[in-house]
Amino acid sequence: MGKAGGDSRSLINEQGLRIDGRKIDELRPVKIEVGILRNADGSAYIEFGKNKIMAAVYGPKEVHPKHSALPDKALLRCRYHMSPFSTEERKNPAPSRREIEISKVMREALEPALMLEDYPRTAIDVFVEVLQSDGGSRCAGISAASVALADAGINMRDLVAACAAGKVAGQVVVDVDDIEDKEGQADLPIAIMPSSNQVTLLQLDGQLNDEEFNKAFNFAVQGCKQVYQLQREALIGKYFGRSEVPEGGQ
Amino acid sequence: MNIKVKCVYFQVKAVPELKRRFVIPGEVVAHGSLRAETNVMRVGDKIVSTRVGMAEIAHDAVRVVPLSGPYIPRIDDLVVGKVIDYSAFSWEVDMNSCFFGVLPAQSVFGRDYSPAKDSLTDRLAVGDTIAAKVIAFDRTRDPLLSISGPGLGRIPRGQTVKISPAKVPRLIGKKGSMIRSIESGTNCRMLIGQNGVVVVVGAPDDILRAITAVNLVEDQAHSPDLTEKVQGLLGITPQEAQGEQFQERPNDEQVEPSESTVDEATRGKTDEGELSDKEPEE
Repeated sequence: MGKAGGDSRSLINEQGLRIDGRKIDELRPVKIEVGILRNADGSAYIEFGKNKIMAAVYGPKEVHPKHSALPDKALLRCRYHMSPFSTEERKNPAPSRREIEISKVMREALEPALMLEDYPRTAIDVFVEVLQSDGGSRCAGISAASVALADAGINMRDLVAACAAGKVAGQVVVDVDDIEDKEGQADLPIAIMPSSNQVTLLQLDGQLNDEEFNKAFNFAVQGCKQVYQLQREALIGKYFGRSEVPEGGQ
Repeated sequence: MNIKVKCVYFQVKAVPELKRRFVIPGEVVAHGSLRAETNVMRVGDKIVSTRVGMAEIAHDAVRVVPLSGPYIPRIDDLVVGKVIDYSAFSWEVDMNSCFFGVLPAQSVFGRDYSPAKDSLTDRLAVGDTIAAKVIAFDRTRDPLLSISGPGLGRIPRGQTVKISPAKVPRLIGKKGSMIRSIESGTNCRMLIGQNGVVVVVGAPDDILRAITAVNLVEDQAHSPDLTEKVQGLLGITPQEAQGEQFQERPNDEQVEPSESTVDEATRGKTDEGELSDKEPEE
C-alpha cells in the first residue's frame, strides 16, 4: 500500500504549521496512566493525540495448549485489536490482515526488551486494545504495552518507546496523525530501547531518499525519547507518587 | 614486673549510608566494579535495573527491591498453596506462581511409599490448603515442595487472602511488627506465605477486620505512615502495639499449636524481608 501523496500542500501552511497547528518537530499531547485494570497483572492506558489505547499484560502463567510452551523461555503472545467503535465507520471486530501484522511486529518490538529466559515454560499475554484511533496507533500501542509489562513486574532490559516520523507536503515531520498518514508521502514508525539506544521496530511505508530518511529517523528517535520520559514519569508516579518524579532520566 | 600493655585500636569503619533511588527497567543504578545482586544486570561498566523498584547500594552490592511482579519460588521459602491434582507419585500444588509446586508422595509417606499400598488422598485431597517449604527449584523444573517440618502440612481452617507477593515483606513488617499489630488488633492468627497467600484464623467478624487491614497494607504499601494507619483502622494505640511486641502471646485454643510454629517460622524469615526495613522507626 503506497502513499497516495495527493493534495498535500495544504497539510503545512505558510508559517510552517501542520494541519492541527503543530510544528514539524512537535509531538501530539501524550498522556500515560499505569495500573488501570484490576484484573490484569499489569496495565497501562495511553492517549497519544486522539488515540486512546489500553494495554493489559497477563502472566507469566502456564501455557495452554501445553505443547506450545518453550522449554527455555517464556512465550510472548501479543494481540493488537481495534474496537469496532474506534474508527469513523464501524470496524469489523474480526482480526484483519493489518491487525495480525501489527500484532506480530509489536511482539517483535517488545521481545528484545524482555528477559523471557527468566520464565521458561510460561506464557506472557499482551493485549492492546485501540478504543479510538488517530494514526500512529501501533507506536502508541507499543509504548503502552511496554509500560504495562513493567507494571506487571516482568524482568526487562529496558522499556520500549515508539514514535513515528513521516513526510508530509514534502517536509519531514515527527508523529504523523491520521490525516497526514493518509495524505502524506511517507510514514516511518520506529521503536527503540532508549537507555541502550537500540532499534526494535522500523517500518517504512512510502518513499524517502537517504537524506530524508536520516532526518526522519532522527526525528522519530527524538520523539521516542520524549515518549520515554512520559513512560518513566507515569511508572514512577504510580509507584512513588507524582512528587517523586525526578528530573531527567539517566 | 614490667608489663607492657599494648593498646590496639580497631578502626571501626563507618557503615556507608544506604542509598535508595526509584528506578525503572533499563535505568542505570550504578557504575563500576560493584556486585550485581537481585533484579539488576551488568551491561559493560554499568549496572542496570530490570524492574520497577527501589535501587539500593550498600557496601559493594547493588540490588533493586521490586514493587510488583509474580512470585518466583526460592529455596527455603514458606508458601501457602492449594492441592489441585495428584498422580501416582506426587501432588500438584497451585502456589500463586507461574510454576506449579510438586509435592512428592515419598516425602509424605516415607521412602517405602508404594503406589499399590498407599493412597495419596488419605493424606491430602484435591482442594486442601497446605503450608509447604520450597526445597528445590532452578527454573528448569517445577519447584519441589516438602511438608515435613514443624508447622508445615495441611491447614485445617481459616480464610485465605491473596496479596501481591512483592508486598509480603511490608505486611510482615520490621521483625514482624505489622503482622503482630494486625493479630493483636483483631484477635486473629495469621500465616503469611512468601507467595502472597495469607491464611487468617479467628472468629468470622475478626477475620473480616483482619482482611480489611491486610488489604489496606497492600493498597498503601508505600505510604510512610502505614503502621499508624493500620493501628487507626483497628483502633489500637501505638503504646499498645509497642507493648505487644515484647509480650509473650497467650496460647490461643482456637489455633493448632503447629500453626503458631509456622507463624514463627515465617517471621524468622522476615528479618531479611526486603521492604521491612523501609518502615519508619517509631
